[in-house]
Amino acid sequence: MTTLVGDTAVVFSRELRPVIRDPFSVIFSMIQPLFFLGLFAPLLPGDESLQWFVPGIIVMSCLFGSSMTGSNLLFEIQTGSHERMLVTPLRRPALLIGRALKEIVPMIAQAVLIVAVCIPFGFELHLPGALLGLLILAGFCVGLGALSYTLALASKNKEWLFWTVQQTLLFPLLLLAGVLLPIDDGPGWLQALSKFNPMTYVVSAERALFNGDIWSRGTAEGLVAAVLVAALGLVVGVRAMKRSD
Amino acid sequence: MMIETRELTKLFKDVRAVDGINLTVARGELVALLGPNGAGKSTTLRMLTTLIPPTSGSASVAGFDVVRRQRDVRLRIGYIGQGNGAGHSQRGRDELISQGRAYGMPVRAARTRAAELIESLGLGDVADRTVSTLSGGQRRRLDIAMGLIHAPELLFLDEPSTGLDPQNRANLQEHILRLRAEHGTTIVMTTHYLDEADSMAERVIVIDHGRIIADDSPQQLKAKHVGDRIILGFASPQEAAAAARTLDGQDKDGYVRIKTEDGPREAPAILDRLTVKPTSIEVTRPTLDDVFLTLTGRSLREDSSSRTDELVEA
Repeated sequence: MTTLVGDTAVVFSRELRPVIRDPFSVIFSMIQPLFFLGLFAPLLPGDESLQWFVPGIIVMSCLFGSSMTGSNLLFEIQTGSHERMLVTPLRRPALLIGRALKEIVPMIAQAVLIVAVCIPFGFELHLPGALLGLLILAGFCVGLGALSYTLALASKNKEWLFWTVQQTLLFPLLLLAGVLLPIDDGPGWLQALSKFNPMTYVVSAERALFNGDIWSRGTAEGLVAAVLVAALGLVVGVRAMKRSD
Repeated sequence: MMIETRELTKLFKDVRAVDGINLTVARGELVALLGPNGAGKSTTLRMLTTLIPPTSGSASVAGFDVVRRQRDVRLRIGYIGQGNGAGHSQRGRDELISQGRAYGMPVRAARTRAAELIESLGLGDVADRTVSTLSGGQRRRLDIAMGLIHAPELLFLDEPSTGLDPQNRANLQEHILRLRAEHGTTIVMTTHYLDEADSMAERVIVIDHGRIIADDSPQQLKAKHVGDRIILGFASPQEAAAAARTLDGQDKDGYVRIKTEDGPREAPAILDRLTVKPTSIEVTRPTLDDVFLTLTGRSLREDSSSRTDELVEA
């Protein structure tokens, strides 16, 4: 007899397999974050700028990768393999949860890669904080991935809809989270907007944690924001998957 | 009964895609649902495979209700849809193993079963390649393998040979027939290829506008609804007219047409009754298209089915 956990493991490992077979695909979705790292970070003033900038870029890379992941499902809806999965006895929630959980793996690989690239340029790694940071980010990317899959299910045979929504939301989320420049010096309305962006709290938490400041208020806020995004993503995602045909 | 439906109906907004279908399929049967595109074949199949719920009516598949006992139905059926079951970024063997595990098979058993199917469907050279690099025929065979991984007692195929070239189509038909001969699998397939329904199925269910309009063996359908024709050619229209009177047939432009039940057997006797010798004789046997034409007044050949082929190939 199968269980929800077993079904989720089947879906998770199926999703992960192409990533393991072709690890280069992990790099593909992080090309833009790498450009920002290479061509934007040097413009930032001060010696400590890398220490401030890199955690944000790790979150950015997670945002780019996880928000795009629904396109894989969209493609499988078009080719027919999603339909094939729907006819198997796999539980509907597992079809979503397994896919969303897989997002953690490329996210960690990308974070490790970014840190490895930055250490020679003077980036200081505080391991315990960084690991806790990745845990928070895991929750965030599972939620984002689930939302991206929900968007894919809603777009179904309208690929343009998926990309329009994804591209429209991507940069406001990114800029309002203060990934590229600090929000603190911006006008009031922009600061107010950024307070509604859950990613703001995740980015702040990552900055504190990657600098070794574990027991901060920011860590707690980031954790709550990530858990909320994950919960929201999984709830709407599972609902959309149950309605999928 | 493997399948039993009662007034199975599906409405899409106001359109009655499937309109009160009563269908029974016994264990071991090979049934083809034949009809033009949009007739309701695929919608029927999608309800029977639990993909979409019926608007009204009920269906029991492999002994379980398709709405209340979805999981039990899914465990027992195999489904090969119109698209590609295997993910394009995956490798064939990986997909087969995942598919086996989806049905609760332990990894080792799934691996063994995958290897068997790869062997029997001749996928040995391509099973470890990315699916997107496979040819259409290879991908279709992989789909068949995926549908068979758990050795289902009932297999549904939705337009299995659409988009395949004639050689691959023949190949696929052979695999399906062999499967049935070896395992006694019950098979329900939809098709708009007349020759496919004719040569493969012992029972053809003709569907039009969401309703079953005929249900019989291909031979019976043809004999019952159309019959054979004998066409005699004569030297002149006058001779033809005279022969038409003798034989109670219809004449046109020097030819006489006679409807019979068994053309080849009756032709000699008909010739004996003639005083004027004909210049040519032809016996035509009906196709399933003639059956469809008689039943609906439309031909299956000239409707959207041929256009779909072009779309798929493009």
